[in-house]
Amino acid sequence: MATTRGTLRQYGVAVRALLVLTLILGVLYPLVITGIGQLALPQQANGSLVRVDGRAVGSALIGQSFADAEGTPLPQWFQPRPSAAGSGHDAAASSGSNWGPENPDLVAAIRDRQSAIEKLDGVSVSAIPPDAVTASGSGLDPHISPEYARLQVHRVAAARSLETARVSALVESMIQERDLGYLGEPTVNVLALNAALAGMDEKN
Amino acid sequence: MPPLVLFALQLLTLALLLAVLYRPLGDYMATVYSSTRHLRVEKVIYRLTGVNQDAEQTWPIYFRSVLAFSAVGILAVYGLQRLQAFLPFALGLPAVSEQLSFNTAISFVTNTNWQSYSPEATMGYSVQLLGLAVQNFLSAAVGIAVAVALVRGLARAASPTLGNFWVDLVRGSLRILLPFAAVAAIVLLAGGVIQNFAGFQDVGTLAGGTQSIPGGPVASQEAIKLLGTNGGGFFNANSAHPFENPTAWVNLVEVLLMLAIPFALPRTFGRMVGDNRQGYAILAAMGTFFVLSVSLLSALELGGRGTAPVLAGGAMEGKEQRFGELGSALFGTTSTLTSTGAVNSMHDSYTALGGGTTMLNMMLGELAPGGVGSGLYGMLVIAILAVFIAGLMVGRTPEYLGKKLGAREIKLASLYILTTPTLVLVGTALSFGIPVIRESVIGTSILNPGLHGFSEVLYAFTSAANNNGSAFAGLTANTPWFNTALGVAMLLGRLLPILFVLALAGSLAAQEKVPVTAGTLPTHRPLFVGLLCGTVVIVSALTYFPVLALGPLAEGLL
Repeated sequence: MATTRGTLRQYGVAVRALLVLTLILGVLYPLVITGIGQLALPQQANGSLVRVDGRAVGSALIGQSFADAEGTPLPQWFQPRPSAAGSGHDAAASSGSNWGPENPDLVAAIRDRQSAIEKLDGVSVSAIPPDAVTASGSGLDPHISPEYARLQVHRVAAARSLETARVSALVESMIQERDLGYLGEPTVNVLALNAALAGMDEKN
Repeated sequence: MPPLVLFALQLLTLALLLAVLYRPLGDYMATVYSSTRHLRVEKVIYRLTGVNQDAEQTWPIYFRSVLAFSAVGILAVYGLQRLQAFLPFALGLPAVSEQLSFNTAISFVTNTNWQSYSPEATMGYSVQLLGLAVQNFLSAAVGIAVAVALVRGLARAASPTLGNFWVDLVRGSLRILLPFAAVAAIVLLAGGVIQNFAGFQDVGTLAGGTQSIPGGPVASQEAIKLLGTNGGGFFNANSAHPFENPTAWVNLVEVLLMLAIPFALPRTFGRMVGDNRQGYAILAAMGTFFVLSVSLLSALELGGRGTAPVLAGGAMEGKEQRFGELGSALFGTTSTLTSTGAVNSMHDSYTALGGGTTMLNMMLGELAPGGVGSGLYGMLVIAILAVFIAGLMVGRTPEYLGKKLGAREIKLASLYILTTPTLVLVGTALSFGIPVIRESVIGTSILNPGLHGFSEVLYAFTSAANNNGSAFAGLTANTPWFNTALGVAMLLGRLLPILFVLALAGSLAAQEKVPVTAGTLPTHRPLFVGLLCGTVVIVSALTYFPVLALGPLAEGLL
């Protein structure tokens, strides 16, 4: 009898402890952080949105598609990495492909992507960097490698009737070196690059 | 400079930051759990909950308190999911199914954070905040409490009690995890991790399409997800998602968050047993495995063996450009050597041997440095076995820190090390051994054909039983079999080791200390560190060698 009462008491303590701690850790804590974020760091807290002419066109951190409704890449835009998020760059369904290294589907997909780039950009397969033919972990990778950006310069310049040298200079100016000079990999943000490209058009 | 040199610099930076934290954080935690004074807010909490803060508990009472708190936690998280449709800020999402709620409730209360679901399509903000994020704090605080109870068992002499679970729980949550998580959340925010309640926001893209940008209170949850070695993502892509892990420097901060407490706990241990050198010995063993493992995984991913990586020119499938192979390998190693299970890249798409390495990390028992608390108590159990083995070799009664290790202690340590392998191997075997289940596993759950499909199932049970929570995520685990079997594996993989550890702690605390003699094995010297590392390999890794040969080893070597 005494043990039953002891056990019941223990569960009573557990319930009350969970309620009090939930109030502190599950309500107060996130609200305080939200307040700090919204007041001190609103740009980051709200998703680092990129605006063109005052209109939000996406997030600097979230990769988006530059293809037509059928999924065919639009030649006048720099293309992002392949995406396994939903039907491609679906920011409501982040995901990698989860294909293993020996999966025939992955091997076939890489071959298809290589031949598509070979055709679109007129380069040999050996010149295509790995990020161009592999889906990222999130499916929302906002970046490509500088190599993949450089590879697309000719095609983009031709599609927009711009001088190759100008587009090339733009790409070089958009390369982000490693964080603090040594963390991570060099990248090019595709949305930022394409937004700058669109601005270049207007000045013409 | 070549990328490998830069990566070595990054590892050095990490080592430096951990070294700077080791003493102050470890000493601070020792003070938190040794102090007899209560903060005012804590006294209020004890009054509200009916806890006598100055009453100590024997080990059975301590364990029953853990049990009661876990049971209530599971019911609460289960209930929140089932009632989601009625909660505010649920994003219009319906109730979560019974099986999935069962699995997820156990998953978050056991510090596993296995996710059979895609969060952005399943969990609204209310469940994330009130259920999942709260358990991210509490399951971590429980882990540290159990470790501290074991340390008290070693430190005390002739004591019938181990401390008070409720006091340890509240102090761990409020004095350690909460302030650190708050600072970390603000750093993450500054790096670009979002924190809002905006829901999904539709934008018209540059090329004329539309995109639905997610919102959410992510930074506050991300901080404790990593600091408490939990690992449950706010988004499906977990820390690969740019809103959870936006840049390479944030990636390093996240790795640091996962390692900070587990690597500082040996200091806490050293302080509490009154000999800091004992802490350094444990730290040295943990650090050895970490350095070896991160080097191995980096080399394997950079090497990029396998049909698809060779064809693509690098193992970048499932990896983010900003992290590359090396930043992914660092995060993957950290996540699987602790009990975190967060991922910044898809382990299912790693090279065969690389994926196998992440599995091996978990199979070591997650003690290098392991989860918050669970890493330290795991390593201390191995230390007890190591002393025992050494004692057998020279024919002396083994003792650790002045405590005699008799039949009872060794039985409990043995039960501890047998629990997880049993759950992993039996779970995997049943998945393929029972015809009805095998049909569902192969027909519905497995994504990749051949040996890799076997690895997905082995990974799932390894992750669940070790309370890690990462996955070869191609596996569709939202099925009756996996939701149930993995739920049971997580629950037993958490509570049975805690039972054995607390029983061990109780039996050690009750003993008088025996004086150090010429025949006592010193447990702070390099010799002992070597013995400890050897024991880790013998008792954990070798158990799994045959089953690894069926999956990743076969795939990687063929």
